[in-house]
Amino acid sequence: MHDVDPNAKIDKAEVDRIFREASGRAVATLIRVFGDIDLAEDAVQDAFAVALRKWPRDGLPPNPAGWITRTARTLAIDRLRRESRGRELASEEAVLSARPDDAAIPEEVGPVQDDRLRLIFTCCNPALAKEAQVALTLRLLGGLSTEEVARAFLVPEPTMAQRLVRAKRKIKAARIPYRVPEDHELPDRLHSVLAVVYLVYNAGLTSPAEPVLCSEAIRLARILATLMPDEPEVAGLLALLLLTESRRLSRGRADGSLVLLGEQDRTRWDRALIAEGQAIVRWCLRRNQPGAYQLQAAINAVHSDAQTVDETDWSQIVALYDQLLVVAPTPVVALNRAIAVGEVHGPAVALTLVDQLDLDNYHPFHATRADLLRRLGRSDEAAVAYQRAAAMAPTDAERDFFRQGGRGSHSPHL
Amino acid sequence: MPQYLLSVHSVDGQASAPITDEQMQQFHKQLGMLEAELKSTGAWVFGGRLHEPDTATVVRVSNGSVLTTDGPFMESKEHLGGFYIINAEHLDAALAWASKVTACVMQPIEVRPFYNEAEAEAAWSEAEA
Repeated sequence: MHDVDPNAKIDKAEVDRIFREASGRAVATLIRVFGDIDLAEDAVQDAFAVALRKWPRDGLPPNPAGWITRTARTLAIDRLRRESRGRELASEEAVLSARPDDAAIPEEVGPVQDDRLRLIFTCCNPALAKEAQVALTLRLLGGLSTEEVARAFLVPEPTMAQRLVRAKRKIKAARIPYRVPEDHELPDRLHSVLAVVYLVYNAGLTSPAEPVLCSEAIRLARILATLMPDEPEVAGLLALLLLTESRRLSRGRADGSLVLLGEQDRTRWDRALIAEGQAIVRWCLRRNQPGAYQLQAAINAVHSDAQTVDETDWSQIVALYDQLLVVAPTPVVALNRAIAVGEVHGPAVALTLVDQLDLDNYHPFHATRADLLRRLGRSDEAAVAYQRAAAMAPTDAERDFFRQGGRGSHSPHL
Repeated sequence: MPQYLLSVHSVDGQASAPITDEQMQQFHKQLGMLEAELKSTGAWVFGGRLHEPDTATVVRVSNGSVLTTDGPFMESKEHLGGFYIINAEHLDAALAWASKVTACVMQPIEVRPFYNEAEAEAAWSEAEA
C-alpha cells in the first residue's frame, strides 16, 4: 500500500494530513450507514490506500474528505458483497438491501445531527472504562493508529489492540447506542466526553514526545464547540486548552526539564491562541453559567493577561478559585487555591491552608509545601518535602526539578 | 427489541441495616410501582426474587449418569438474589431502568445483554468452526 515512487513522498505527507482531518468524519458516517464499527474502520483504511495510489498520480480531488467518505462507502459495500459470497448466506441483493436498512439509525430527537457527535458520545459512554473511552475516541475520531495510541499511553501495542477489540465488542453486544443523548441526560454524558478530551490533552502535555495528542484534543474540542455552540462548558474546555497550549512550548527546556509559570519567557507565549482563548472566556462570562472548565479557563486567562509574573492579578485568581471550589470541591482545587492565596496573603497563610488537605499521595502537594517552607526560611523541612515530591514525581524532568530544590517560587502545576 | 438481564447480587453476612415495618412497606410499595411502570411501558419480560442459595439443587452429568447434589453450584459469598429481564432499545435505556431499580433496592445492579437470535446463530457457528 505504500508508494515506492520517491516523488510521491511529499504527497504521502499530504495524504496523511488529510487522513487526520477526514477519517473521523468518514468513519462516523459509515458507522451510521452500516451500523458496524469494524466495517467502517476497514473501509476508510481501504479508501486511504486507494487515495495513496491515486492522488499522487491524478492530483487531489476537489473535495478530498467527501471523496474519502464516498469511496469508503463503495468499498464497504464491496466488502459486504464478498463476505456474503464467502459465507453463502443469502443472495447478494438480499444482503445489500437488508444490511444498510437494518443499520439505519432512527432520526435524532436531540438538537444536533452530526455523525461525529454521535460517535464521540458512543466512544465516551460511561458503560466503557475511561481508558477504553480515550483509546476509542483517538482511534475512531482522531484516526490515530493503534500503535500511536499505545505509544501515547505507554502501553504495549497488543494490550492496546486488545482494549480496543474488547470495547468494540461491548458496544456491539450490549448495544451502546450511536446517538446524541437527550437533553435530560446531556449534562452527565457531556461531562464524560469533555473529561476524555481533557485527558487526551493532558496526556500530550506530560509526554512532550506526543504533541499530536495536544493538537488532537484541541481539534476534538473545536469540533464539539462547533457542534454544540450553546454549551458553555464545551466553550470553556476549548478556551482552557487554547490558553494552556499558548504556553506549552515555554514550559519545557531543551533538556526536557520544566520551566515554572513564573519563570517562563512570556514573549514566547502564543498571542493568537491567547486572544482566541480570552475571547471565548469573555463570551462565557456574558453567558454567566459558570462551570469547572470555564473557571479554569478564566484563571488561565488572568495569567495570560500579565506581561510579567509580578503583574499577575492574584486576588482575581483567588476569587475564581473560590468559585471553582464551589462547583468542584476537590482537595486538588483547594491546593491550587491555597497557592494563589499565598501570593496575596503570604506563604504562612497558604501553608496553614495546605496542611489541612489530605493529599499525601499527590506529589504537587509535597512540592507546594516544600516551596512554601522554603519561602518561610524553614529549609530543613523544605528539603524533606522536596525529597517526597521527587520520589513521587511521574516524569524524569519533574524528578530532577524537585531534586534540585525546585527553583523559583510557583507551583509547576499552575 | 434487545433484552437485558438486570440482576441483584447479595453478599452473605453483609447484614443490611435493620429496617422498620414501615420502611419495609414503603420499599414494597416502591418496588410495586416500578414493576407496574416496567409493565405499562412494555419493558417487562420476567422477574422475581430468589430463595436463599441453600435452597438450590444442582444436577449434572457425571460418568454418563445424572447426579443430583444439594446446595448451590458454587460455594461463594455472593449469590444471585433476584433479577429482571427487560426489553430495552439500547444499553442507555437498560441502564436507565437499572438506575431506578438500584435506587429502590439499594443494592448494585448488574446489567448484561442477551444474545439475539442472529447473534446466537453466529456464535454457534463460530464455536463450531
